[in-house]
Amino acid sequence: MKLKLHVWRQKNAKSEGRMVTYDAPDVSTHMSFLEMLDVVNEGLIAKGEEPIAFDHDCREGICGSCALMINGVAHGPQRGTTTCQLHMRQFKDGDEVFIEPWRAKAFPIVKDLVVDRSAFDRIIQAGGYVSVNTGGAQDANNLPISKEAADQAMDAAQCIGCGACVAACKNASAMLFTSAKISHLGLLPQGQPERQRRALNMVQQMDKEGFGNCTNQFECEAVCPKEISVQFIARMNKDYLNASVCGPDPGKKAGGED
Amino acid sequence: MNLDPKIPSGPLADKWTKHKFDIKLVNPANKRKYTVIVVGSGLAGASAAATLAELGYEVLCFCFQDSPRRAHSIAAQGGINAAKNYQGDGDSVQRLFYDTIKGGDFRSREANVYRLAEVSTNIIDQCVAQGVPFAREYGGLLANRSFGGALVSRTFYARGQTGQQLLLGAYQALERQIAAGKVKMFPRTEMLDLVVQDGKASGIVVRNLVTGKIDTHAAHAVVLGSGGYGNVFYLSTNAKGSNVTATYRAHKRGAGFANPCFTQIHPTCIPVSGDYQSKLTLMSESLRNDGRVWAPSSAGDKRRPDDIPEAERDYYLERKYPSYGNLAPRDIASRSAKEACDEGRGVGEHGLGVYLDFRDSIKRLGSDTIAQRYGNLFQMYERITGEDPYKVPMRIFPAVHYTMGGLWVDYNLQSTIPGLFVIGEANFSDHGANRLGASALMQGLADGYFVLPYTLSNYLAGMSRDPVTTQGGEFRAVQNQVEEKLQRLLSINGKRTVDSFHKELGKIMWDKCGMSRDRAGLTEALTKIPALREEFWQNVRVLGEGENLNQSLEKAGRVADFLEFGELMCADALTREESCGGHFREEYQVEGEAKRDDENFAHAAVWEYQGDGKAPTRHVEPLVYENIKLATRSYK
Repeated sequence: MKLKLHVWRQKNAKSEGRMVTYDAPDVSTHMSFLEMLDVVNEGLIAKGEEPIAFDHDCREGICGSCALMINGVAHGPQRGTTTCQLHMRQFKDGDEVFIEPWRAKAFPIVKDLVVDRSAFDRIIQAGGYVSVNTGGAQDANNLPISKEAADQAMDAAQCIGCGACVAACKNASAMLFTSAKISHLGLLPQGQPERQRRALNMVQQMDKEGFGNCTNQFECEAVCPKEISVQFIARMNKDYLNASVCGPDPGKKAGGED
Repeated sequence: MNLDPKIPSGPLADKWTKHKFDIKLVNPANKRKYTVIVVGSGLAGASAAATLAELGYEVLCFCFQDSPRRAHSIAAQGGINAAKNYQGDGDSVQRLFYDTIKGGDFRSREANVYRLAEVSTNIIDQCVAQGVPFAREYGGLLANRSFGGALVSRTFYARGQTGQQLLLGAYQALERQIAAGKVKMFPRTEMLDLVVQDGKASGIVVRNLVTGKIDTHAAHAVVLGSGGYGNVFYLSTNAKGSNVTATYRAHKRGAGFANPCFTQIHPTCIPVSGDYQSKLTLMSESLRNDGRVWAPSSAGDKRRPDDIPEAERDYYLERKYPSYGNLAPRDIASRSAKEACDEGRGVGEHGLGVYLDFRDSIKRLGSDTIAQRYGNLFQMYERITGEDPYKVPMRIFPAVHYTMGGLWVDYNLQSTIPGLFVIGEANFSDHGANRLGASALMQGLADGYFVLPYTLSNYLAGMSRDPVTTQGGEFRAVQNQVEEKLQRLLSINGKRTVDSFHKELGKIMWDKCGMSRDRAGLTEALTKIPALREEFWQNVRVLGEGENLNQSLEKAGRVADFLEFGELMCADALTREESCGGHFREEYQVEGEAKRDDENFAHAAVWEYQGDGKAPTRHVEPLVYENIKLATRSYK
């Protein structure tokens, strides 16, 4: 099939960008979206034009590198699917496809479709871990954890940090990302000692990075390639409220138990 | 080249304990005076960087991805082995040790493998303490499953995303140390060369991939955790960015490269669909617990799988290897699939595929149970192929997946260059000629969390505590060489793209040095690769500038190294005149099974670089088996 592509081109962080139109004349339905771009890039190089830059690595939907806004939808039209796993059978002959980078103040553009998502790393640095050094851990089966808690923690933990939630949100909020980590650890006994402090610090860092607030439109959940639930945002808000009222000391925990 | 493995004396089971006691320690107050460079942030790199920082060393960590969380360990699906024996099914450190040696077709070092099995149990404890959400039973205890090459259930898993969860555990530990100021992280920064000064690894030359700036960094020791070289085949299950540059550059600076021809072809990947194909996707080996592998009994059978009656299906793994059946090790399962396709019994459009069929398991267990076990893998398959594996059997074909070869290291994980340590897939040490499923994650974390932090202290304790600098002449010289090479790549402005060269190299490697190899093919490859390399340096087209994000330039540098490294691989495959594990030489077989030659090849082949255009020298480290008897590997 033939497609017409409109792609955001921007030389670097300092220069201005613009949409440029390209033809993709020979697209197979079995190609992935990124393979389609590979073919377009080979054509550009042959013509002496610099290829379109985009982030990608594993190309199997797990590393979270790929990040394209396709026809205004983060990761494109298929639910629960990263850009690299999106295949061209989702498109039809003659389609026009608009391809843009994630747009958010906290994700500055590096070049073309590549953005800087290091803000996510800094949110994790603010408390997205259990403070345990290597060595001396007790036997793994000494602490039984209910299957339900472990499964729910895993539902949250499978976030790939791609940033689609931010890109889809009109407020560029990172609350789905942040709440997924806070919930993953907060649902497990290992995460309890730092639970309040973690919520407080990670939310503060999120605000500091310039991400917006949640206004309950749930666009984030709709585009999340791992289909992470917005219920985790509610969990985060609860932990944050507890910590804001009572301070980060878990001994003074307010509110219900869970 | 000194290849003393430095194996501690004493009984096998006591070696590591004894060695840990004999190791020199660095006074806690002095640790901050030592700087350590860690290249790579996968399971091995991130766990090492975090642990070294926790101990008090100053750590500089580098990765080419935009965040350390994206290193390719993240894509490992199935699980991680540990000799916990939680199932009470007869597992033990001794059995994991034996299975690993046997699975590797008796081409790995006993003492290293025993240590790996020994620390495997600590890994699970550590990861659980970090909050890794492993699968659990209703009683709250950890669940296990089985993997190829083992008759016990010792694999721990987190749905089909075990690598992701383990890597996030290590990444979070790493981020904690970054926040504490103990690790300085350099994302989007690629190591382009190693600096060896006064005979010791003293630093690295890197390129900032965003600004293009070439920089140097000095350290008391350099640790490479830069992964494997599967992408020399172009198509593999590796991430697009995975490359050999860090280890190959170190090789050119004097590090011995061991067993480069030992590559693993994974039996269960989604078949190639067209020449635009950019990578291959693995379907976890765990699927072989419940899926049955088959091909039509007769050649050229083009019927739909549903229409082929039971009697005309050949469940060839169950037929040939009744005791291991569908769980035969990877090399054997891959070769059997190739055989079926070579006989014209392959399925799918190009005839390069066999079926992995869940019909019987769905009948027996119900589709809900199957969905619980493999749901995300089934979804992934459907997204890529457009076919629903609950209804139509999966089509699978072998693909390059892992490389057992790597830089030679001694028992301390130190390469032949003093001060250069190599961990995870980047070294050669533990998997011999074939790696068992769920053992890569185990080795990466064993090296990073539990081995290197000890053995590195032994090296550093003997080093001066003076601050390191990049002022030495060697730093300037290596930096200049790196800059010249980049300039050269940008100035050729030929006619062919980097990818076109990479694809052509990949095809040579797959055809001549892939699942089976022979003298004629390897000899042919050894003339074709240098010719292709020559053309590359005349005719490659790399557009854009060096002082900017330039993905073509990044690729060009990596492919340039692959074009040299592929030749080393073929030379290694040609000189290893036996079949073992993933290395199958047509000339050496008995009734289709690999024929090992223990008399002449029970050794690691270690290659020493001799300069551009000169043939490398082959050295050997004899493998001494004191505790197990070399036996013909049988899974029948």
